[in-house]
Amino acid sequence: MGEFITNLLNNAIPIELYLAVSTVVFFVGVYGFLSRKNMIMVLISIELMLNAADINFAVFNRYLYPHQLEGFYFTLFAIAIAAAEAAIAIAIIINIYRKVNSIYIDENVSSMKH
Amino acid sequence: MVSNIIFFILAFVAVVSSFMAVTSQKIIRSAVFLLFVLLSTAGFYFLLDYHFLAITQIAVYAGGVMVLFIFSIVLTNQPGVGVKFEKPKRMIVAAIAALAGLAICGHIVYYNISRLYFYTTQEEFKMQDIGFGLLGTGKYQNMLPFEAVSLLLLACIIGGVMIARKR
Repeated sequence: MGEFITNLLNNAIPIELYLAVSTVVFFVGVYGFLSRKNMIMVLISIELMLNAADINFAVFNRYLYPHQLEGFYFTLFAIAIAAAEAAIAIAIIINIYRKVNSIYIDENVSSMKH
Repeated sequence: MVSNIIFFILAFVAVVSSFMAVTSQKIIRSAVFLLFVLLSTAGFYFLLDYHFLAITQIAVYAGGVMVLFIFSIVLTNQPGVGVKFEKPKRMIVAAIAALAGLAICGHIVYYNISRLYFYTTQEEFKMQDIGFGLLGTGKYQNMLPFEAVSLLLLACIIGGVMIARKR
């Protein structure tokens, strides 16, 4: 056990640890997406999931192909697209709030399908 | 040594704050915990020597997107009304789905990833290389996605104005 800890502290950080963190953050986002009713909470969960995916791109690029930059650029574009998506989603949420005076995913919002 | 300890602190902050963000009772607290997750992600990028990416993460996510979130929370705030949760049955189903996915992905990561890399140190990428890669048209250069993102942002501006204007 002590040897394990000194190994972990003295060598480079193994790739599995980064992937473990991003996996946990991603599935916490999945849980929030499925279990919350508030639209802003759903949006926060989506941001968590996108963020975990971004960590994966950067980590795989750094560890497997350290002399190229493909994952780096993919993360950069993903950040830009996530910002645009958040802006549009918040515009939609504010519009729904003006119409039905609540931001919960319930029968008010389901009736807007038709 | 130091970077490993920093990594463990950042991982702890990221995991705990993401849990708190999805289970918190007040929306504004969830937004603040999301901010902590985003900042610790920027810390991961610093540890990976992607400094430009870390600064972009702080500026765009922790700056812009968080301001949008707090803006929308304040605009749609109803004083005296608590945050509603799903029914307990739905919450249990969601937890089971998330745990099942976590188990599958954790199994894959634990048993398959460790064989396929060895760590190489390298100096940081120069800003010049990043700029050439972003705005060149040759192989491994990304002019077309860059222009596509600029078009997407323009469409978002127009769409946001159209959706949120008063009729």
